[in-house]
Amino acid sequence: MLKKRIIPCLDVRNGRVVKGVNFEGLNDVSDPVELASFYSDDGADELVFYDITASVEGRRLFTDCLRAVAEHIFIPLTVGGGINTIEDFDRVLKCGADKVSVNSGAIRNPALIEEAAKKYGSQCVVLSADVKRVDGGFRVFSHGGRVDTGLDAIEWIRRGINLGAGEVVLNSIDTDGVKKGFDLEMLQAIRVEVPVVASGGAGGISSFVELFREVPSVDAGLAASIFHFGEVRIPALKQTLAENGIPVRRV
Amino acid sequence: MLAIVDYGVGNLFSLCSSLKSLDKAAIVTSDPEKIRAAERIILPGVGAFGDAAEKLRKSGLDTLVREEAASGKPLLGICLGMQLLFEKSYEFGEHPGLGLLRGSIIPMKGTIPEALKIPQMGWNSLIIKRSHPLLRDVKEGDCVYFVHSYYAADCEDSLIVSCDYGRELTAAVAQGNVMGCQFHPEKSGKVGLSILKAFCEVEV
Repeated sequence: MLKKRIIPCLDVRNGRVVKGVNFEGLNDVSDPVELASFYSDDGADELVFYDITASVEGRRLFTDCLRAVAEHIFIPLTVGGGINTIEDFDRVLKCGADKVSVNSGAIRNPALIEEAAKKYGSQCVVLSADVKRVDGGFRVFSHGGRVDTGLDAIEWIRRGINLGAGEVVLNSIDTDGVKKGFDLEMLQAIRVEVPVVASGGAGGISSFVELFREVPSVDAGLAASIFHFGEVRIPALKQTLAENGIPVRRV
Repeated sequence: MLAIVDYGVGNLFSLCSSLKSLDKAAIVTSDPEKIRAAERIILPGVGAFGDAAEKLRKSGLDTLVREEAASGKPLLGICLGMQLLFEKSYEFGEHPGLGLLRGSIIPMKGTIPEALKIPQMGWNSLIIKRSHPLLRDVKEGDCVYFVHSYYAADCEDSLIVSCDYGRELTAAVAQGNVMGCQFHPEKSGKVGLSILKAFCEVEV
């Protein structure tokens, strides 16, 4: 049986992890390789590296760091942030990324999804959408959730899949940072035929139990701070999920 | 030395890195001399079957891989590379494969319950059908990472591992010196690395 995936997300600026994990045994809490192997050993099923750099020099440091991680960590790696062109896909895939997530870049130029899916395969192209409730509907926001695009989320995600996106990350702006659980209502509204990764709102182990129980169509749960600050350790999370009859991969 | 056959499909970064982490010397090459000189061969691949089979044929590497397999050299196909070992595939039409193993590649669509998503993408647990040196460090229930929409069928002669995705799907095969895994060992954590290591050391 296919397992539900648990995915820590790491923000990288100038080749270093921002908000590094603070655990015993980790010497350098902002070293991407050390952190990635920590999570991999703990049982993370996949890692997302999010490039929050704006400069050209920062981009280079990001790909250096990605390459170093991919040389040592043998689980799927997804890269997001600053993906605007097919050259950006090429740049990160060559450094060991398995999947590339597009957000604002695809809103500006939806053909990017199609071009990338044709060139690298749909399994490589992840559509990430930041979604917020507006006037009783679900609206897509761009630029890190700051700009209302006017796009209806359900229509946009469907269009992205038709263009070739092979996975969807649905990040609820409404629940993000609130730590009261994932946005179950929003996730239930997005029913699609490709894997869906829930993001935004994880507050503890119970958030994940609730997510996979209430929305069985969701394939994975993504979170950042609860993992980084040690509020949730992956072995304990998976233990509880297993006890609740949710299929997980144990290491 | 191990040769990874380069015929212009897929990203070989992780495969090379994983072998390097195991201290196994490997080269990515399309040079027939280097492939002949290698002790073992890996046939990688992602993408569509027809495309990949055509690229192998055009480069003449199909004949070479067949000859090397016939000579008894250990050969491991990964993902699409495993599918290419079989007689034929029904992905977008009908395409001949290398014919090293009996069986054909068929779509999940229509053969697994409709509620399940296609491709199968993610970690699934292994059901061991037959013990094999490749599995020396693999336990029943260990998980590996899959990304595929087609699978090998009618391959009872070579089936060694399956996984459950609405029905039992072929996960790994082996017959003599010809081996293959549908999943990505280079993306399957310690379990995957143990399989690659076993392939590098297996005596057939």
